[in-house]
Amino acid sequence: MSGMSRIVKTVTNVAFPIVMIYGLYVIAHGHLTPGGGFQGGAVVASGLAMLLVAYGSVWTMGKVKEKQLSVLESIGALGFISLAFLGILMVLLYSSFQGNFFNNFLINQDIIPIFNEIGRGLANINTAGVIPLMNFAVGLKVIAGLFAIVLVMAYATRLKGVKQK
Amino acid sequence: MSKRDFAAVIFFAIVAVFLVFGALLTHPFGEFNQENDPEMDQYIIDNTQNETGADNGVTAVVFDYRGFDTLGEATVLFTAVAGVIILFRRLKK
Repeated sequence: MSGMSRIVKTVTNVAFPIVMIYGLYVIAHGHLTPGGGFQGGAVVASGLAMLLVAYGSVWTMGKVKEKQLSVLESIGALGFISLAFLGILMVLLYSSFQGNFFNNFLINQDIIPIFNEIGRGLANINTAGVIPLMNFAVGLKVIAGLFAIVLVMAYATRLKGVKQK
Repeated sequence: MSKRDFAAVIFFAIVAVFLVFGALLTHPFGEFNQENDPEMDQYIIDNTQNETGADNGVTAVVFDYRGFDTLGEATVLFTAVAGVIILFRRLKK
């Protein structure tokens, strides 16, 4: 695939930032509005796939390699699992605290008072403890994973011998 | 009709019976029945905001109450990505 016409590229240039902003909004407001890490990550990965279709896999592979995407996905997975294990380790920090796997250790505590709030509206973005952090980790993981799949498959099935624009 | 087609028809009939009975056994949409309702959904509706601080109940269930499920989903996605990258690594050259 060597990219599509100038019309498609222009439409992609207009639509790409809007799709990115919407997907990142769905990830960042996952604990307040419908959506979350998986859904917003799928939206962002769809926007990146649109870029890949419009500009061709060779151009996109020149911008970002799939090894970098693998590193990003591993960072997301490690962040998610370490947030889950921090729920156990927080027993050592807080006394009179019941710790277990996937414990929401930032809510119902008195040490960091800015996170100890209950969400009662769309403006309270500093609520819900570790749920936004887990949303960011899962979102990073889904973005990198889905885009790596699409990029590798598009690059492997490109037409060889055709002169790339 | 061969033996294979006959087995397929019987299997389809069993699955269809299960689906129909499953659809009949669900309680009606929007009606609150105190006797038949399990306690868990009402508990989650009542206590999600105080226990997790999240305004969105679905995300609170997915990332807090049922974190293991999300961990499994993330593992499935990771395995899929690793499999695709391993499968297509020779075709790049």
